Amino acid sequence: MTRIFVPADAAAIAVGAERVARALADGLAQRGLDATIVRTGSRGMFWLEPMVEVETPAGRIAYGPVGVGDVAGLLDAGLLTAGNHPLCLGKTEEIPFLAAQTRLTFVRCGIVDPRSVADYRGYGGYAGLARALELEPDKTIAEVTLSGLRGRGGAGFPTGIKWKTVRDAPGGQKFIVCNADEGDSGTFADRMLMEGDPFVLIEGMTIAALATGATQGFIYSRSEYPHANATMNAALAAARGAGLLGPDVMGAGFAFDIELRVGAGAYVCGEETALLESLEGKRGVVRAKPPLPAHHGLFASPTVINNVLSLASVPSIMAQGAAAYAAIGMGRSRGTMAVQLAGNIRHGGLFEAGFGLTLGELVMEIGGGTATGRPVRAVQAGGPLGAYFPPSLFHTPYDYEAFAAADGLLGHGGLVVFDDTVDMAAMARFAMKFCAIESCGKCTPCRIGAVRGQEVIARILAGQDVDANISLLEDLCATMKFGSLCALGGFTPYPVMSALRHFPEDFRRPARAA
Amino acid sequence: MTSAVPWNAERALEIIGAHAGRPGPMLPILHALQAEFGCVPDLATPVIATALNLSQADVHGVITFYHDFRRVPAGQHVLKICRAEACQAMGGEGLSAALLTRLGIGWGETTADGGLTVDAVYCLGLCACAPAALLDDAPLGRLTTASLQEALSA
Repeated sequence: MTRIFVPADAAAIAVGAERVARALADGLAQRGLDATIVRTGSRGMFWLEPMVEVETPAGRIAYGPVGVGDVAGLLDAGLLTAGNHPLCLGKTEEIPFLAAQTRLTFVRCGIVDPRSVADYRGYGGYAGLARALELEPDKTIAEVTLSGLRGRGGAGFPTGIKWKTVRDAPGGQKFIVCNADEGDSGTFADRMLMEGDPFVLIEGMTIAALATGATQGFIYSRSEYPHANATMNAALAAARGAGLLGPDVMGAGFAFDIELRVGAGAYVCGEETALLESLEGKRGVVRAKPPLPAHHGLFASPTVINNVLSLASVPSIMAQGAAAYAAIGMGRSRGTMAVQLAGNIRHGGLFEAGFGLTLGELVMEIGGGTATGRPVRAVQAGGPLGAYFPPSLFHTPYDYEAFAAADGLLGHGGLVVFDDTVDMAAMARFAMKFCAIESCGKCTPCRIGAVRGQEVIARILAGQDVDANISLLEDLCATMKFGSLCALGGFTPYPVMSALRHFPEDFRRPARAA
Repeated sequence: MTSAVPWNAERALEIIGAHAGRPGPMLPILHALQAEFGCVPDLATPVIATALNLSQADVHGVITFYHDFRRVPAGQHVLKICRAEACQAMGGEGLSAALLTRLGIGWGETTADGGLTVDAVYCLGLCACAPAALLDDAPLGRLTTASLQEALSA
């Protein structure tokens, strides 16, 4: 029977994939056609969503963006035999945006049925855990260390070293916590993966558990992600049913289970210690470090806390070996990064590639510039706490150290593009406002600084004592950067100071209303 | 669409009891109470505090920390509009300002007929098809004034 693939990814549904799937099912029934519709994740080319694919002997053929009104015409044109149609994009794998990628973490996303264990195994799933079962835990950790994998949540800390710390920590109960509280604007990789290939996260967490001696895992996700949570829970139940989680994982004699927990709309809970507080049922207030979560984490037990993408990178590292992963990338940034192209961009989506492409290549060549067709003025890299880059810095290579040298950060891999209508002083004020809304309140530089920051920028926008207020703002940013407990207060100066440095003219325009 | 039932302490105790044995049960309990009653009313605070052997201040502190928990029920439908940077880059602020003006309400408020609550959220992970919103649990992307209006009247 011919298989047709329609994404059930939340972003695809947001642009009509559910209606297209229904129209396809109706059209197939009316015509008496023998085909089955498989709901997948997204391939990550959102300007082509809803994208429909059909299986042929030569591979999958894509059509998109498909509207409900296109469905009848597609079926008339012979969709099931990959008939010609103006919306036909050819072989999916040959679409340039996809063909140019190195997909390791997202290799199955958009291809498999995300709720099917059989599909996951059919596409190479659980080969990583099988290898980890053959190795000693220390060898597994050495493999992860050798791969050069660094935390994909933003901090870039070597994953293998974190795991080793937990393995060596005394304590009976240890935990694996997955940080899926993906709150950065411009990022959606965790969501896509949980909706498109949740078993890779389950496998990655299981390998972490085996390596460190943990027996219980938690995924801390977001209430803003109802679709991801539903798919993740279905996958967890399927994994339990298949003996891949539970008292005797894969019949190998070790116990591990995972529970999905959902946050409640607090951005700061993406900070690891606030996340642990929230999991314990408390206010999401940041803890002072040390002690590190690896020693004193969830319920005071040694805890591995890693981002979704860090954990989901592990199965392919274990299956293909550390050397293969470490061979990709540049400098101390090894392997691939799931770059998320967002905001005002023509070809928005997820682009997984080795580190080292320049920011300009990502935004202008791969992303195709702005969606509005106007010139790019600024790109915010790394979420609401990331710096704004002007086009004059487009030569910066996508690499942890190169971005740090340019006073920016990669964060969780988001790039938000703005055209020339953006008011960068207003964006700086928004950064302070966001920090004020989301501050946990524990440390003064963040709790008070963000409020004062909004007020100072409002005075600058109103044209009051601009020079004095800009120097006050710089002073305030230094206090926040060096005096805050966590990245929320500590990194809010990045968007503010980068806006001030690269777009000073926006702070000296005629007075505007606050 | 929300289908909340009025507060009932006995039912609340059942819900709390179903989660109380879990490690760190507070958030699952609050989510479950809000799913049942449409909010976590002040009446819930002493009930949760007794059940979990916490002070009322502790419970109150948790409820009020998180943006999601309401102390009074929302309207029949809830529209969560993203106000974060990626949606701003695609004109999201203008879109939401026009909607709020038309509805005659502010952020976090409910229309006079109780039909719709409009909340601000900061990122729905739909940043490559901005501006975006969530109407109850239905994601909406590449929003325009017309498509938002169509979704709200459906």
